[in-house]
Amino acid sequence: MVVFNNVSKTYANGTKALKGIDLRVEDGEFVFFVGPSGSGKSTVVKLITAEVDPTEGEMLVNGFDLSKLRRRQIPALRRTIGVVYQDFRLIENMTVYENVAFAMRVIGEGSRNISKRVPIMLDLVGLAHKSRRYPRELSGGEQQRVSIARALVNNPQVIIADEPTGNLDPARSGEIMDLLRKINDLGTTVIAVTHEKDIVNSFGKRVVAFDGGRIVSDARDGYYQV
Amino acid sequence: MNGRNFIYFIKEGIKGIFVHGFMSFAAVSVIVACLIITGTFSLVVMNVNVLIDRVEDENEILAFVDDSLDDTEALALVTEIAAVPNVASATFVTRDEALDEWAATLPEDYRDMMLTGITSADLRHRYVIKTEDLSRAEETAAEIAEIDGVEVQFDPRLSDATLSMQNVIRIVSYILAVILFIVSMFMIANTVKLATFDRREEIGIMKIVGATNSFIRWPFVIQGALLGLVGGAIAFFVQWGIYNYACNLMLNYVGLEMLGDELISFGSIAIRMLLIFIGVGFTVGVLGGSLTIRKFMRV
Repeated sequence: MVVFNNVSKTYANGTKALKGIDLRVEDGEFVFFVGPSGSGKSTVVKLITAEVDPTEGEMLVNGFDLSKLRRRQIPALRRTIGVVYQDFRLIENMTVYENVAFAMRVIGEGSRNISKRVPIMLDLVGLAHKSRRYPRELSGGEQQRVSIARALVNNPQVIIADEPTGNLDPARSGEIMDLLRKINDLGTTVIAVTHEKDIVNSFGKRVVAFDGGRIVSDARDGYYQV
Repeated sequence: MNGRNFIYFIKEGIKGIFVHGFMSFAAVSVIVACLIITGTFSLVVMNVNVLIDRVEDENEILAFVDDSLDDTEALALVTEIAAVPNVASATFVTRDEALDEWAATLPEDYRDMMLTGITSADLRHRYVIKTEDLSRAEETAAEIAEIDGVEVQFDPRLSDATLSMQNVIRIVSYILAVILFIVSMFMIANTVKLATFDRREEIGIMKIVGATNSFIRWPFVIQGALLGLVGGAIAFFVQWGIYNYACNLMLNYVGLEMLGDELISFGSIAIRMLLIFIGVGFTVGVLGGSLTIRKFMRV
């Protein structure tokens, strides 16, 4: 669960990225964050993952009170969140399998758990047959599915997809969004940041629209209005 | 840190060394060079200390007893001499004993010839005085000279020269050690920095999936430590070779062969040197590795 209570963020250079945001995302929800660039939606993502601190207001993410969060608690918070990026961020000299296993390895999981769980995740995203390929041998859509498998492998409560289809053609975009919906159906909260109207409108899910650092609309069963 | 992670860290640390083989080679070379330079200075200091200890033993103040005093009066002087500060011991040597001692130092073949016409009557009774602190021996000699009935013979130049040489070498070696320690540390820091640069994407992903800072840090610290340990071990063996070579060279030189018994044998200090070299290498490596990775720990 993600709760924003009158949250503002002003960067060191004086940019007011967010101005008093109130927001509540329940467990198991599927939410779109939409808005033009500079509207504040990316800052919301960075606040949730504790990459930046709020200037004002209270934030609760998966039971962590971010205003009281100590630096050494950040890893524990991040283990409850899976992040998917527009540019995939896969490690080039690791195979598909190793990329996913890496996320488990670096939080101290043992090889037994890793070899049990990674194939399940690759199967879920439909890439079990390509586990020994390297990222450069895959299409963009396939690479994004690897990164989704990596985000999911540590069983997070929330998946944040930051422009997950930004680098993909429409057909591949549809596949990625279908995959995210499938993950949501399995019980994981999904927050998808995007500005692709077609996708948002075809989904009929909750849409939170940002502009100028404020929430300008929050519609259940919504569509992209702006 | 559990065993499973430890093996992972070691593997990653070794990987880091070989990804930039040349940089690692350079860092190890610098550590070896630094350790050998400081090590050589330390060995010189140690040998000088041994020699000075010996000189200190030999550096005696001689107080000749005036012939106008009879034997009882001469023997009585000991209380006055012993009362002078910094006097460790005052041994009375009769003129007969002095002649025998002197004779013993002469080459056998020429002894009789050189002693012709010399009797103990030509010599005086004397006190052989040792000081507690050689650096204050000159003062002490002057105070003894003030006692009635004695004439002091003391050549202070030897001790002054050796003492100041000892101090200079000691100070220089301390300064060198500190400078070279820092140089080595930065070499390691740079080598590790290259490894972190190669792996900035991995580090980014590690952070976002919730790896702890210490988990991220360990491979780089271990990389630095391994570089330092390898450097320390190599430096130890090279130092051993250089030292023995230098000793042999000196002993083959005419005029220096009498040093033979005085020089410290490397074998007798090998364990201590090995521990110091490895310890310093390890410390330099760990500090260098930690220094570099620190900036990645923010965010």
